[in-house]
Amino acid sequence: MNAWRNLNGEGRMGAVILTALILMALLAPILAPGDPLAISGEPLLRPFADAAHPLGTDRLGRDVLAGLLHGTRTTLLVAFFSAAAALIVGSVVGTLAGFLGGIADAILMRITEAFQTVPGFLLALAAISVTGPSVPTLIFAISVGTWTQAARVTRAEVLSLRERDFVAAARTLGMHPLEIAFREILPNAFGPAASLAAISVAAAILIEAALSFLGFGDPNRVTWGSMIAEGRTVLRSAPYLSIVPGIALVVTVLAVHLLGRGLSRSERLQP
Amino acid sequence: MPPLVSLLLKRLLGALPVLAIVLVGSFLLLEAASGDAVDSYVARSGTLDAEQLAQLRQEWGLDKGPAYRFKAYATALAQGDLGWSTAYQRPVGAVIPERLPITLLLMTLATTLAFFIGSLLGVIAGASPGSLRDRFLSVTSLAIYAVPGFWLGLVLIVIFAVDLRWLPVGGIESIASGKSGFARLGDIGAHLILPVTSLAMVYLALYLRLMRDRMGEIWHEPFVQSLRARGIGHWRIVWRHVARNAVLPVVTMLGLQAAAMLGGSVVVESVFAIPGFGRLAAEAVARRDTPLLLGIILCSAITVIVANLLVDLAYGKLDPRVRTGR
Repeated sequence: MNAWRNLNGEGRMGAVILTALILMALLAPILAPGDPLAISGEPLLRPFADAAHPLGTDRLGRDVLAGLLHGTRTTLLVAFFSAAAALIVGSVVGTLAGFLGGIADAILMRITEAFQTVPGFLLALAAISVTGPSVPTLIFAISVGTWTQAARVTRAEVLSLRERDFVAAARTLGMHPLEIAFREILPNAFGPAASLAAISVAAAILIEAALSFLGFGDPNRVTWGSMIAEGRTVLRSAPYLSIVPGIALVVTVLAVHLLGRGLSRSERLQP
Repeated sequence: MPPLVSLLLKRLLGALPVLAIVLVGSFLLLEAASGDAVDSYVARSGTLDAEQLAQLRQEWGLDKGPAYRFKAYATALAQGDLGWSTAYQRPVGAVIPERLPITLLLMTLATTLAFFIGSLLGVIAGASPGSLRDRFLSVTSLAIYAVPGFWLGLVLIVIFAVDLRWLPVGGIESIASGKSGFARLGDIGAHLILPVTSLAMVYLALYLRLMRDRMGEIWHEPFVQSLRARGIGHWRIVWRHVARNAVLPVVTMLGLQAAAMLGGSVVVESVFAIPGFGRLAAEAVARRDTPLLLGIILCSAITVIVANLLVDLAYGKLDPRVRTGR
């Protein structure tokens, strides 16, 4: 509960919304049983018109609320794992570059720079074109485009840690350099990379939504991006079909940002 | 040599190995795809018998290893040949230049809008940190920062093109309008308002926050205290001293965001049916056109490098420490 007490109002709001979203994702099969991609009623029902379909139905008669609930699962799953993968890969590369120095550092940082030069979204598109769309490949594709920031931040931190006494002590003890890098330095250098977590999760949510909006998402799952794309075909007559899942996206990303800001502020307050 | 020139030279030399890594990396990534150019060609243009397939594979060098193909690609590239687009049945080097200018225009307009309005609002917020005005702008910018550009585009279409009918739904200009000169320019401008806004809003919010946060820090610095003690007016300090220093990280961010904005234009161009570079990228992926995709990745890397060079130049103009090398 200590973390909660340290959070400011913004951070608490983010935490509450995110908890609600996680609950929605976990309870989706109970709240909206059955396949969300199956036809469940009359097509193009307006929201609030029918109690059986509170948010209406789409062009094919699929329930919008069920899609929204099941979409939460895809969004959170992909966002969490791709942000985690990006942070892990980035901090490992950053640790190696900063700790090894010299030519290894130069090569690793040139590679990082190359990844930063190509738009992350384009890289994700190219990766999807190679692997085909599914949840694991989406996670791979998104983290390919987003790991570089964590690498830079970790490397900077490692460079300042490298000369500290505890590293010298580990050397004197005869620890293997790689053991020093990953057991002594990385845990201490991970803080700044972890503070990127909120930004990474938010970026991953937006990239996943954009990919599935363009039709490069997992075709067997409901996603908010694919719901927006689906609604776009009837944008003139039923704009709510695109607008409702978009609001879900905005609320989720906003909650992640609020919590992230709240956490980093409470960290700064700590001695 | 003046420091600015040596800085530019250093940057250009540093860009070469980066471009080489981009080239090798994306070539390897796309080589890993299952199925080859012949498969995607046949998928569109109907059946061929086994012998014809083998002949086509031999013709396109697909029967040899990736090392052979990379050498062939790099050799052609050195002569300015980007290869043959299988989707468009034209040279990649002819397709990309048709599409790139529209996207560059879109990006330039969006960057300009985001930079000027974002930092102006940032100054208004950061002029008195903690005030009602500041809190309102901070919260609004955080909310805008969470809005995906492509969805914003759809919402803007619903409001301004479908309901109000003030602006066109999509495209870059009216088809067969017969307009020329300023009338045509105005027509293109009207088509660009919504896409530029959708692309710019996220960055506008970002620059607002950046400007505001940096100004909040600068207010605590001793030189500002001393300006205040000398009785210099509030707004003069805001504009001449605080904002002027706070704009530097925003300028740095302009370069860092060039890649992200190019990525964002892929989706925004698809929403507004703009025949630009971004939409070309989506088409290249959808139609499995590997040579085109490779060319697109290379060209976007070059675009990002050039954008960063321009930002470095601007930075040198703004910050005398860079110019004099101190």
